[in-house]
Amino acid sequence: MNTVKTYQALVIGVSAGGLAALKAVLPGLSARMDQPVIVVQHMSPDSDDFLVQYFDKLCSQSVKEAEDKLPICKGTIYFAPPNYHLLVEDDKSFALSTAERVQYSRPAIDVLFETAADVYKQGLVGVILTGANADGTKGVTAIRAKGGFTIAQSPKTAEAKTMPGSAIEAGVDMVLDLEEIAPFINRLMSKGAALD
Amino acid sequence: MTDNTLEENETIEMKLLLEAIHLKYGYNFKDYANAHTKRRLRNRLKMSGMTTYTDMMRRIIYDEPFFNELLMDLSINVTEMFRDPWFYLKVREELIPRLKTYSFIKVWHAGCSAGQEVYSMSILLEEEGMKKRSQVYATDFNELILEKAKAGIYPLDVMKTYTSNYQKAGGTGDFSDYYTADDKNVILKRGLREKVLFSSHNLVTDGVFGEMHLIFCRNVLIYFNRKLQNQVLQLFYDSLIPGGYLCLGSKESLKFTDFTDRFDVVSKKEKIYRKKLMAE
Repeated sequence: MNTVKTYQALVIGVSAGGLAALKAVLPGLSARMDQPVIVVQHMSPDSDDFLVQYFDKLCSQSVKEAEDKLPICKGTIYFAPPNYHLLVEDDKSFALSTAERVQYSRPAIDVLFETAADVYKQGLVGVILTGANADGTKGVTAIRAKGGFTIAQSPKTAEAKTMPGSAIEAGVDMVLDLEEIAPFINRLMSKGAALD
Repeated sequence: MTDNTLEENETIEMKLLLEAIHLKYGYNFKDYANAHTKRRLRNRLKMSGMTTYTDMMRRIIYDEPFFNELLMDLSINVTEMFRDPWFYLKVREELIPRLKTYSFIKVWHAGCSAGQEVYSMSILLEEEGMKKRSQVYATDFNELILEKAKAGIYPLDVMKTYTSNYQKAGGTGDFSDYYTADDKNVILKRGLREKVLFSSHNLVTDGVFGEMHLIFCRNVLIYFNRKLQNQVLQLFYDSLIPGGYLCLGSKESLKFTDFTDRFDVVSKKEKIYRKKLMAE
């Protein structure tokens, strides 16, 4: 049987080396892609909204910081705010938390990925980019357990190899070089994946 | 069983567990933000070695120490002295001059956790010469954490952050004057507790706390769903004098609540609001 599933949302986790990696992915996302994109970039607790401003200029989607109780809208890229975990609620809105760090990180990729997987289930795509710790590994495992699709940046193209390496070891659906990621996502999100 | 049935059953079990907590101990977590509660319960289940929420529910009912651990999971107690130093700088520069126009002020720290932000404000009131003219109420629903708040003892290793926060927040003294240290902990000076009344108060189930000039409730509302946020904001609204101030966490706002029209924004970034003088 050949079923086509359509994806509802994209989550991205990235740490050390993130600015360059995100620059190679986010502006490459098609303007026609109307699913929301939610990004956790590890950063220092007192960071300002530089990333949001920076990518808002570069991307065809509008780029915003995620806020507590904000309904998640199509065609928007959201960044987790510094020093808060970002969670997805059942009604597809955001929630924030100041709970203890996970994998030394707040925001933590695992927290976003696990809560998003609960809500979007098989409709979720998760991407792990460059980073120097193991955050996101539990997250991609949770996404796969719910039937979602997971991608890791190939460690050879990653500024820091640990994070994608750890995700790959736990198991992901696809490993891609950095420059292949945006085109692949554009195809995946527009057509869905043809499944046998 | 399909995945959907499994999830549906898990949701039913979690609801029953929260109902059991309410019936047995009086704490109502039913209107907490769902994703947060689910995450905390899942973690505790994993750590406890039990496999189902029904097993955990039984343990909660019969084993109070176990419930107390879970209570700590469900009430987030991560904070710092002078957390978000720029916020305290704003309080010092913008709010304190306004509050000095009153002969006496009442301050309420709602959800005070282990007291770090209460003592931060005590220091600020002392340095600004407002201490004698103030009464501070610090409340939390978790009595164990309230005991920690009363003690005012913090691990030595966080003092570096607290000191740096204090300086960035416009501290006018030497931070080390406010505590004495041994090799593991610091104990805050008793004087900082003089004007503070610690008491148990549950924002979900308890009533109005009257005639406040200033309410701090930072990073508490994010754990509530919209219905409960509105209920608690009504409680704050009723507890504030007209023109009284409400301070929320740096990523909280009144934006998605029913109260946007009943407060003026004093400071957008610092999330300082003022109850309108006249009811509309």
